[in-house]
Amino acid sequence: MSILFFLIGCSVLMGLVFLLAFLWAHKTGQNEDLHTPGMRILLDDEIKVDPPE
Amino acid sequence: MTMIEQEILQSTLCYHCGEESYTEAYSIDQKNFCCAGCKAVYTILSGSQLGNYYTYNIHPGSKLADKKKHFEYLNEPGIIRDLIDYQDENSSWIRFYIPSIHCSSCLWLLENLNKLHKGVLYTRVDFLKKQVRIQFDQNLLSIKDLVELLCSIGYEPLISFQDVVKTGNTDKKDRLVLKIALAGFCFGNVMLLSFPEYFGMGKEYHSYKIFFGFLNILLSLPVAFYCGQDYFLSAWRSLKNWTLHLDLPLALGILVLFLRTLYEILSQTGSGFADTLCGLVFFLLIGKWVQNKTYHHISFERDYRSFFPVAVLVLEKNLERPVALSDLKVGDRMLIRNQEIIPADAILLKGNARIDFSFVTGESIPVTKLPGEVVYAGGRQTTEAIELEIIKPVAQGYLTSLWNQEVFHNQGPEKEKTFSETLSRYFIWALFSLALVTLFIWLPINSNQAWLSFTAVLIIACPCALALSTPFTMAAALSIFDRNHLFIKNMASIEKMAGLDTLVLDKTGTLSLGNEMEVQTSLILSERQKTLIYSACINSLHPLSRMIQEYLGRRKRIPSDSFHEIPGSGYEAWVDGDLIRIGSKKLILGRYAQAESGTRVHVQINDQYLGYFSFSSKYREGLANLKSLSKDINLHLISGDQDLEKEFLKPYFPNPNALHFNISPREKMNFIGELQKKGHRVMMIGDGLNDSGALKQADLGIAITDNINNFSPGCDAILEGESFKKIPQFLQFSRDTVQIIQYSFLISLCYNLVGLGFAVVGKVSPLFAAILMPLSTLTIISFTTLATHFAAKNRHLL
Repeated sequence: MSILFFLIGCSVLMGLVFLLAFLWAHKTGQNEDLHTPGMRILLDDEIKVDPPE
Repeated sequence: MTMIEQEILQSTLCYHCGEESYTEAYSIDQKNFCCAGCKAVYTILSGSQLGNYYTYNIHPGSKLADKKKHFEYLNEPGIIRDLIDYQDENSSWIRFYIPSIHCSSCLWLLENLNKLHKGVLYTRVDFLKKQVRIQFDQNLLSIKDLVELLCSIGYEPLISFQDVVKTGNTDKKDRLVLKIALAGFCFGNVMLLSFPEYFGMGKEYHSYKIFFGFLNILLSLPVAFYCGQDYFLSAWRSLKNWTLHLDLPLALGILVLFLRTLYEILSQTGSGFADTLCGLVFFLLIGKWVQNKTYHHISFERDYRSFFPVAVLVLEKNLERPVALSDLKVGDRMLIRNQEIIPADAILLKGNARIDFSFVTGESIPVTKLPGEVVYAGGRQTTEAIELEIIKPVAQGYLTSLWNQEVFHNQGPEKEKTFSETLSRYFIWALFSLALVTLFIWLPINSNQAWLSFTAVLIIACPCALALSTPFTMAAALSIFDRNHLFIKNMASIEKMAGLDTLVLDKTGTLSLGNEMEVQTSLILSERQKTLIYSACINSLHPLSRMIQEYLGRRKRIPSDSFHEIPGSGYEAWVDGDLIRIGSKKLILGRYAQAESGTRVHVQINDQYLGYFSFSSKYREGLANLKSLSKDINLHLISGDQDLEKEFLKPYFPNPNALHFNISPREKMNFIGELQKKGHRVMMIGDGLNDSGALKQADLGIAITDNINNFSPGCDAILEGESFKKIPQFLQFSRDTVQIIQYSFLISLCYNLVGLGFAVVGKVSPLFAAILMPLSTLTIISFTTLATHFAAKNRHLL
């Protein structure tokens, strides 16, 4: 059962990795604007404009 | 409506901005445009393969200002330096605030700006903040050209030093998010590590117990001393000033929780309260985060600087030179062109001044000034370029000197204690006495038990739920106000709203609509006469002409053969062989005409005087609702105008002395001050710069605006015009909110009392604390949220 020591250590470390990932994302400004990217993804560059008849 | 009808209706609207286009003079590619500006934007865009702009949304554009703006001042290195964020050899970064950003087409167009000019390297839009960040090559494109490029496609940036540079306290907020993340991480892990102990662990698992214990200490260390840092600092301050803030028992709770956890684990007498500690700090920080809600697109701190231009042209030895506002001196000669704002009190030297003071007073009909007259700062010139000589420094004008007043510099009189502050005083005294009593009763019996009970009292009574009830109720209330288009600056303002007993209103632009008037006439006109008048009016940009046009209804226009405008008086036009003269009494009836009351426009066709159109203020919908307030609130009206409409307004104000006319901006502010001295708590609703002093002086200042992107003076809340009718509901709802806070205090006190019962007799296990704390928190959060929504439904705000 001493494997538990190792597993718990791993789980805490994994948690730490996710925490650091979040902090990194926040520091680089990824949470600054949560609205615009959602609009941006709906815009394609290639809308065909019907040529005027 | 059938498809065909719909199509016909569509086609009469401007393809660019969606406004009614009265003429087909601006048609191109089988598309109608309402003005040359809209057509120009379309031409630019379709010529650069940016026609997709029109496919994402119908009528995505906004109507352009009538005349071109001037940006020479953007060639001055001293001014540019403050605008640019960052610059290296071949690129510069700049951020603009562009109020007209409103749809996905805007986003798409601005982010494809490089298709219009290769000097633009990269653009990123922040939609909610209405900000665009542009990287450009300054060797290919100057700032001035960049701004002109933006203007040419209808996205004029608002350049003012106060608005563009939005520093704010993002740093503090960032650190709060960091703390919440850390506390959340520790809370989750500590909870998992504590579970085995709660379910009972046999003797054989002793080594695990020690391992878990030490991990718990390790995880709760940063929570207590980094995440909870602010509580210790605030508690220390509150002790020093002897103000007994609610943070004091919170900090004490955190400290005691940590010390007792440390003691129990090290001495192996128990499992400690690590998870209660982490949970407590985590929830508290979330409460703090909720409290710091900000509006991205609204600024509450504006003063005249964010509305005045950055620079004006000054004439020196017949040479024009842009000069920054701060460098203007008395005696300088300014050149103010069409659509520019006069930044300092000055004497008009040359030209026809027709000045629109709508930002200052809310009144949109321009005022005519003659050379030699004094023109106060804040007006927008609406015709030709004029020359003026400055007579007072920018900051000391009739209007701007308001901002030198005391109210704008100190935080005002000692802030009134909020309900929670008053209550927490009593709470703290009760808590400490109870803890000490417990300690001294137990000491002679069992000293060990005495310390356990003493700490248990401090832990259980830690007012976590109490500290959360205000932020969560207020946050729910703010979002309700928000949905009804009342944007409130902070939570304290809601509590102030609940305690009001006096409401002071401005007239023009607040009670009445600034840009619309009621048109009345006794004229009996034939269809032909109507058409003639309509055709003459269409040539003029004067707001009154537009109103007459609207009054007459849309009809076929006959082109005028000639049109001559007499600034400030009216105009003459030859239409279809008839001479139409429209204008003031003086113009039409000769110079000896008597002055008249109210706004009237007289009409003459050929030699026959027909009569006049009269204009009266159009009041906002819901003016009558104000009457329902008069039971418990004193109503006052303060207006800078003449008392022409006194009789009309009288019925709405029960107090016969409640109507005040001809009040200067300074007097408005003093009027509020007088009321406050008499012990009244005053709410002011106003709209223009001239109300700024009164808005600031009042306990709660609300600025009313018809377009949330427009300028509004500094205030505690911004109300959109269409929600004016809901003011009585808003007031009642704010009182409901305060009541909900009181109830939630009661609930959290009940939890505390139950917990204390156990604590005093020394029967608090870690499991008990770990359940009680989150349970009380969850109860409070759900109660406040549900109750607030229920109250809003009750007041028809949802």
